[in-house]
Amino acid sequence: MKKISLEGFMKTIFILCATTSILAIILIVYFIFSGGVPFIMEYGLKNFLFGTEWRPSNTPQLFGILPMILGSLYITFGAIIIGVPIGVLTATYLAKFSDRRLYKFLKPSVNLMAGIPSIVYGFFALQVIVPLIKNLVGGSGMNIITSSILLGIMILPTIIGLSESSIRSVPQSYYEGSVALGASHERSVMSVVLPAAKSGIISSIILGIGRAIGETMAVILVAGNQPRVPDSITKGARTLTTNIVMEMAYAAETHREALIATAVVLFVFILIINTIFLFIKRRTLN
Amino acid sequence: MNNLKSNIIRYIIKLSALITFGALFFLVGYILYRGIPNLSPSLFEFKYTSSNVSMFPSIINTLILVSITLVIATPIGVFTAFYLVEYANRGNKFVDLIRITTETLSGIPSIVYGLFGMLFFVYRLEFSYSLIAGTLTAAIMVLPLVIRSTEEALMSVDDSLREASFGLGAGKLRTIFRVVLPVAMPGILSGVILSIGRIVGETAALIYTFGTATQMAGGLFSSGRTLSVQMYMLSNEGLHVNESFATGVVLLIVILIINSLSTYLSNRLTKGRTN
Amino acid sequence: MDKLIIKDFDLYYDDFHALKDINMNIAEKEITAFIGPSGCGKSSLLKSLNRMNDLVEGCKITGEVLLDGKNIFDKNVDVNKLRKRIGMVFQKPNPFPMSIYDNIAYGPRTHNIKNKSKLDEIVEKSLRGAAIWDEVKDDLKKNALRLSGGQQQRICIARALAVEPEILLMDEPTSALDPISTAKIEELIQQLKEDYTIIIVTHNMQQATRVSDKTAFFLTGEVIEFNDTDTLFSVPKNKKTEDYITGRFG
Repeated sequence: MKKISLEGFMKTIFILCATTSILAIILIVYFIFSGGVPFIMEYGLKNFLFGTEWRPSNTPQLFGILPMILGSLYITFGAIIIGVPIGVLTATYLAKFSDRRLYKFLKPSVNLMAGIPSIVYGFFALQVIVPLIKNLVGGSGMNIITSSILLGIMILPTIIGLSESSIRSVPQSYYEGSVALGASHERSVMSVVLPAAKSGIISSIILGIGRAIGETMAVILVAGNQPRVPDSITKGARTLTTNIVMEMAYAAETHREALIATAVVLFVFILIINTIFLFIKRRTLN
Repeated sequence: MNNLKSNIIRYIIKLSALITFGALFFLVGYILYRGIPNLSPSLFEFKYTSSNVSMFPSIINTLILVSITLVIATPIGVFTAFYLVEYANRGNKFVDLIRITTETLSGIPSIVYGLFGMLFFVYRLEFSYSLIAGTLTAAIMVLPLVIRSTEEALMSVDDSLREASFGLGAGKLRTIFRVVLPVAMPGILSGVILSIGRIVGETAALIYTFGTATQMAGGLFSSGRTLSVQMYMLSNEGLHVNESFATGVVLLIVILIINSLSTYLSNRLTKGRTN
Repeated sequence: MDKLIIKDFDLYYDDFHALKDINMNIAEKEITAFIGPSGCGKSSLLKSLNRMNDLVEGCKITGEVLLDGKNIFDKNVDVNKLRKRIGMVFQKPNPFPMSIYDNIAYGPRTHNIKNKSKLDEIVEKSLRGAAIWDEVKDDLKKNALRLSGGQQQRICIARALAVEPEILLMDEPTSALDPISTAKIEELIQQLKEDYTIIIVTHNMQQATRVSDKTAFFLTGEVIEFNDTDTLFSVPKNKKTEDYITGRFG
């Protein structure tokens, strides 16, 4: 009798714990949205999303976040251009080209890469990439190119990890079928194995996009952070994430609400990306 | 012709790997090279002053934050995984909901966590910038990581072990704690250790919850900065480049240790499975 | 005429001596069957003939296999060209996850045929050659994985034919198929003999008697007996062969 009740009691505890994450997400959504949506309603969704001026200290205050939306999109796009080919090909290398001894060393290296704190990446970029780009294109060196390179590197472990495992899960029989036709190792991998791993690779890219859009502390050090619509990749830009961090410390009232509203937009971006990711993942499983 | 094309492809693939690992090793090497000479004793003085910019208080803050966060997040995460793997039936809607929730949680950027922590813990619950606000925010953040790694560890435990235990008349609880848990332990630990890494490296979620005070947090309701936040503050000010490098070295070493431990443990799990 | 001569051939997987002193001459445009119980080495030998065993770690080979008089293990042999000449059909149908057309065109494209009308021609010829053209001709864009197992296997045969090999190696090509598909493939194999030298590994002794001209019986890494199929099954010289074909072991 006592035993049964303990079983039941613990099961209840487990279920309660399982509801924690649901509770957490409800709270997060509630607080972010209730803090930001009223502002968006009042200011006007169109003015907010497509306004090109962000001047919280003007009278009247201007809160257009188009510069930040574009800043985030440009930098993320740049990161994808740099990170995706290198990441996918590195994953290909790990899965199909590296010998076992080297792999034993390289695989933990990818994990290390994933574990290095953003701030260390950002500081490294500030010290090394910024001067480099400054010499190449002039200006302060804090611009879209620099940020894209930095984020391109930072999303590598995300892309490599997921791509590698999906390449490895392609049945060996595809590879053998290709080799038996006289195709070289390289052609077999590129024309048969990689296409067969397509959905996993696409998922990894989407996850990488999410990581790039959400990254804050590294970008803030090297992006320049000017809240204006970027007209060149050699100019500085501000992202949605950095907008929040930079001004939250001193923002009050409407200004603060506008920053929370920025987070709402960021959140919606991330939710869209996550949904696409989950969709692809489920479709692959079926 | 064909051989040439294959060779080019091979070189491009190798070049990509070279860029990836080159970037990593250059980054690590450069931080160590610039940082190690700057690891002066004054950086580890007990009290932070604006002249010594000691990282000692922030190291202690990091340790405290990590410990309390784990105390909160580990049981909740592990128990959630128990429910998902050991109790729930396949196709259960509630389980689907939890899975989607955890996956969504793991995709939320840290700055959104930070903002939420500020709005909820700092302002609504009036914790102000404090250890407790930082801890709770960090706990929610690492929850999906703990859940997922525990789930994977539990699922890798052979069902025959469970059946054997049930066959001997053991109840579900006893089976989980006495039979499944010990086998899954390395995997769970490796997830917990990765969570430590995530908290240690976190900045954006902590600035507006735990705050940026330079002293050691004196209690649950006092503010402080972690090592990563300290490095951010230093490098943002631009006055203490050398000290930033030194802080980077300490962070890298911590992450290296954490990663090695986690790799070691998950290797042990795979070994346990094949034997 | 002997197309393939296997001479003093030994194969090891690390320390395991999997094939011992094999000597065998394979005649052109004949069907040779390898039979024997599981683990006797027949598949290992087959996979050595187009050097698919190169992919197996720890696999070591001594001796020679002469294709038209040239040793396929020579250092200067281009493995990819060799595999173009010696095609292979696997135990489990393994079409690529792409359209039927692209499956067949994959080999020719690999060997630098890019011309669209030439490819169309090869695809049709190969599919006809594998007796599946009529079933799929209206649906060439369809993903090959959507076909039935028997159709998939004929796609794989067509895919092998598309690179115009001289020899076809078949590794238990019907073991994963139902009887009707098996009958179709066996019929196809008979037709292919007109143009190709075929070596088939099979578990099924009836299959060997139905399709092959010569049969080799393998046991624990050795060729026990190699003879005309009719002779081997009616008047086996070796006691072990007799035991095996009468079902006394294996």
